[in-house]
Amino acid sequence: MAEVTLTGVTKRFGATTAVDTVDLTVPDGAFVVLLGPTGAGKTTSLRLIAGLEKPDAGRIRIGNRDVTAETPAARDVAMVFQQYSLYPHLSVRENLAFPLKSPLRPQNPAAVDRKVKAVAEMLRIPHKLDNRATALSGGEMQRVSIGRALVRDPAIYLMDEPLSSLDAKLRADLRVELKRIQAELGATMLYVTHDQIEAMTMATQVGVLDRGRLVQFGSPRAVYEDPNSVYVAARLGLPRINIAKADVFDGMAMPPGTALLGLRPEHIAIGTGHPHARAAQVTRIERLGDQTRLHFVIQAAEMVTLTDPHTSIAAGDEIPVAPVDPLFFDVDGHRIRA
Amino acid sequence: MAEIAIRSLRKAFGDFVAVQESSFTVADGEFFMLLGPSGCGKTTTLRMIAGLELPSAGQILLDGQDVAQMPAQERDIAFVFQMFALYPHLTVRNNIAYPLRSQGMGREEIRRKVAEVARILGIASILDRPVGGLSGGDRQRVALGRAIVRRPKAFLMDEPLGALDAEFREHMAEELRGLHDEMGATTVYVTHDQLEAMQMGDKIVVMNHGVVEQFGAPQEIYDRPATLFVAEFIGSPAMNLLAFEGSVGPGMGADAQTATLSGAAVPLPPLAAAANGRLVLGVRPEHVRLSDEGAFRGAVTAVEYLGTTQIVTLTTPSGTLKARVPARFAVEVGARLGIGFDTHTLSVFNATSGHALPLTGAAHG
Repeated sequence: MAEVTLTGVTKRFGATTAVDTVDLTVPDGAFVVLLGPTGAGKTTSLRLIAGLEKPDAGRIRIGNRDVTAETPAARDVAMVFQQYSLYPHLSVRENLAFPLKSPLRPQNPAAVDRKVKAVAEMLRIPHKLDNRATALSGGEMQRVSIGRALVRDPAIYLMDEPLSSLDAKLRADLRVELKRIQAELGATMLYVTHDQIEAMTMATQVGVLDRGRLVQFGSPRAVYEDPNSVYVAARLGLPRINIAKADVFDGMAMPPGTALLGLRPEHIAIGTGHPHARAAQVTRIERLGDQTRLHFVIQAAEMVTLTDPHTSIAAGDEIPVAPVDPLFFDVDGHRIRA
Repeated sequence: MAEIAIRSLRKAFGDFVAVQESSFTVADGEFFMLLGPSGCGKTTTLRMIAGLELPSAGQILLDGQDVAQMPAQERDIAFVFQMFALYPHLTVRNNIAYPLRSQGMGREEIRRKVAEVARILGIASILDRPVGGLSGGDRQRVALGRAIVRRPKAFLMDEPLGALDAEFREHMAEELRGLHDEMGATTVYVTHDQLEAMQMGDKIVVMNHGVVEQFGAPQEIYDRPATLFVAEFIGSPAMNLLAFEGSVGPGMGADAQTATLSGAAVPLPPLAAAANGRLVLGVRPEHVRLSDEGAFRGAVTAVEYLGTTQIVTLTTPSGTLKARVPARFAVEVGARLGIGFDTHTLSVFNATSGHALPLTGAAHG
């Protein structure tokens, strides 16, 4: 495994700058997740590292090597795509062994067999080794796809939304498993997703992308609790952070230049006795089972917070709402740290 | 608008029974979810309501009239398939007007109806643009517009948001629900996504292997799952299920108000009937309490940070358990912790039948 570094990497497609002077270090053994909506430059970044795209500017280093000019095969990376890419006519065992039989990397059959068995154990599919790839469920096929990367021992694993086509339950299981496997192998991983739960639960560091630029990089907790901007703050947290004009609460002390307040559910207190409390109108109680969302309007601003599932608050009620250590942003959405 | 009553509905394809003796009622104006894993019979049920499949037995009462054997076009129901099915070369206006033109409606009336729908969906400003260049969200609104412009008695939707990415799906779910609240049209909506069902539905039917497992309001199904299947299918993470053996409930002796998990006594909510043998204790992750104290203990194997909360996975002698606790609760992998439960939230299941044991009235809610 190895550290991977991008320095000033830019990639344009015609008039669009997909990746814009990105500096990024994926430390050896880290699980870095690139997070952003469609079009933020996540997949292009991954493809640049894999060598499937050539940068217009900047350098890419893997370990001690500058690989910017190298072919994909020479870079020693293993990539997993969103759609399973298995050979349907081969068994699971043959699919897993396939990357080890490349003429570029000859290995002896006993070693291949050992490796395949170890990976099958890790992915909890050893009993499926002799099944045809097509006789597997969706979740099993995606495990085999991931397994085809894991049998190799590359400098870095690159994964492009590998769980997004799976159903919610399976995704939750595989999240925990991928994290466990990465920790067990001590692997360096760069993982691309638009799913904030994957980013929060698996990453050692999250990189947030906005229109090709890397706008924040840090642990999930640091990015969630200490975001650089409204954009970053809105990427993590369910329900999403509430953004309101600074004067929504009365007489609250704010750093100079504050134009916007950011309020996550933990920044909102309900009930009298809090300083700066103001009346809000409840518009809806949304019960999701594990969380119950309280939608309300305060000074014409719509907000959402969490409440007890068996709350007696109902739509139409008036409740006192107060801020508790909210986040402050300037008029451009940049964070103002008090 | 319409009430849809399903009575002993059954559908067999050769030897395979897709839907078995299903009964439930969709009240007038309700947003009704048919929820279950793939192959559970939910889409077949929807297609029978639409008239795209004929039932093998049973009735479908649309406002009291049995339409089970009636052709689809006579049912006055709009079926919303994959939402992106638009005519790309036509304008937004012509896409929405299409179903009215094919009914032979007059030009002025079409103009008025299209304008009304465009207002509801917030797409009045793009009516004369071709749909080819629109964003995903606007295309979806146009597709919806085409379905609602006819003002049918009911809407049937088959995973309309399935193809969208998570962020956009959440947004469209809100819009769809808002649209429903404005129009008040009876809607039957098929999904395999339990969160979507919880979020949007007034009522949910949970299906598995062609059988209705439970029918009720979202919170009721979440709090009091009727079967082990529902307990595992609803909620993310799912309900924790811990196996135990014993005799519980009225008349079963001094220990009958507790479950014994790995030697530790766990108090149970008051049961309405007695049961013994192989049982399962069900507890939602947010009703697990972690502390240093307690006879029932587990080792922390994973911590998943989620911002406001975190999910802690523990290994116990009775099985794996997930707890949802506040993010500020300090916990590390490897720690051994005592595990407690909010007694009134617990469910007890018969492991053999899979059914929940009924509780006394006082324990509900």
